[in-house]
Amino acid sequence: MRKLKEFIIEKLILVCGLAAIFFVVLIFLFLLKEGLALFKSVNPFAFIFGKSWYPISEPAQLGIMPLILGSLLVTLGAAIISIPIGVACAVYISEVAPSKTKEILKSGIELLAAIPSVVLGFIGMVTLVPWVKSVFHLPTGLTALSGSIMLAFMAMPTIVSVAEDALYSVPKNYKEGAFALGATHWQTIYRVMLPAASSGIVAAVMLGIGRVIGETMAVMMITGNSAIIPHSILQPVRTLTATIAAEMGEAVVGSEHYFALFAIGIVLFVISFIINVTADLFLHKRQ
Amino acid sequence: MVKFEVHDLNVWFEKAQALKNVNIEVRQNEILSIIGPSNSGKTTFIRMLNRLNELNPHFRMSGIVELDRLNIRNTDVEALRKRVGMVFALPLPLPLSIYENIAYGIRMHGLKNKAKIGQIVERSLKQSYLWDEVKDRLDESAFKLSGGQQQRLCISRTLAVAPEVILFDEPCSGLDPISTAKVEEAMLELKKEYTIVLVTNNVKQAARVGDRTAFFLSGELIEIDTTDRIFTVPKDQRTDGYIRGRFG
Repeated sequence: MRKLKEFIIEKLILVCGLAAIFFVVLIFLFLLKEGLALFKSVNPFAFIFGKSWYPISEPAQLGIMPLILGSLLVTLGAAIISIPIGVACAVYISEVAPSKTKEILKSGIELLAAIPSVVLGFIGMVTLVPWVKSVFHLPTGLTALSGSIMLAFMAMPTIVSVAEDALYSVPKNYKEGAFALGATHWQTIYRVMLPAASSGIVAAVMLGIGRVIGETMAVMMITGNSAIIPHSILQPVRTLTATIAAEMGEAVVGSEHYFALFAIGIVLFVISFIINVTADLFLHKRQ
Repeated sequence: MVKFEVHDLNVWFEKAQALKNVNIEVRQNEILSIIGPSNSGKTTFIRMLNRLNELNPHFRMSGIVELDRLNIRNTDVEALRKRVGMVFALPLPLPLSIYENIAYGIRMHGLKNKAKIGQIVERSLKQSYLWDEVKDRLDESAFKLSGGQQQRLCISRTLAVAPEVILFDEPCSGLDPISTAKVEEAMLELKKEYTIVLVTNNVKQAARVGDRTAFFLSGELIEIDTTDRIFTVPKDQRTDGYIRGRFG
């Protein structure tokens, strides 16, 4: 009787484990099936490098270069803002802050991670967008820059907590060794702690960027959504994610437009996959 | 000549007293060995000499530690630690090349001339008897060295910033007898130019290299004398018991 119970429980757990993999594979296959169908009628090269995205004009133009550039520009901007601030914040928390401040900051950052992206997007729309508009004297504040700033806030919690973890796990002896050589606190951080934690910090950055590139709601609300190739960060852009979210509802099932949105999904999937694998490689290097 | 003078030193970590009323002096160009069982305060004592205890937020002290007749509490702490180098129990090379492990400390103190840095790296590696073993592979990671070589690398690193005193905190506790012999050989050579304070769990090591030996027990300095006398005619029964291996 006990043996039977063991057997059932074991198999049950196995099924649960397999289910997770099964669904991922299913999703991936569905994505491939729907996305690759596009390339029966559209040249993949023209799809990736095409400069105009007019999916409902006649004939439809399905070039996603403006969307890729839009995503990259917003992500790059967010990275430039969030990496230095995030890493500096992690250094402050793990190396400088007194223990009480540390606790407050850490829970504050966790709270920041808990804010739903649509709420952040909404706040950005009513505060950040008018600010960008008036500071740069633009016709509209719905720009790549606004999206970058907003997304930087979303990447920050990931970057700070993973980087802080990496710094914390640097052996305490390294620090003492540097102090014993007469290093100042800053020299110890800069020359010993940061290099020793570098692989963890890179992983933190990659995970933060992964979050940014996949983000949809907030960017859709504040980047202006115009699918043109951007020439400056002060122009409206449209990202890959926002395109899918905005157009999926109106695309006719089985049309070229519909397949093209799935193909964008594949592009996004590939980008996130590369970022996650890179982050993983760095994390494993650390261990 | 006296290098360090310690007067009425008491140290606490939170409520626990780690050192009780210690009076001691360290003379120039001697090797002062400090022996005692674990928890006797010997590591706390040498970490007083370069103010490393202050990294612990629970540290409190009373009494005076003087280096060349100046209270070390009144000196700049980075400058003090440059003058008073330290070698730790576990060899701690940084995740850098052999060369960089030594060069980074020199650069940290402001020297930028590459040729000069190269000279100092070579000289300090020779002083710790490591040069011949690593001269052809200075660009390799320091982690590729054996434990004994890593420890001598750490000694070179300390020497490179030109200290006056070197504190050794159980430098051979993780090393095999041959590596230990090499480190001890380096120490005996170094005392011609430097003052050395050696904390060791190995009583025989104190007997081999120490000019004078101090015995600590439960935070108190029980006895200090020339090594010969400590090991032949100790005044205190507890010292006698410890060096004969009756406790600790």
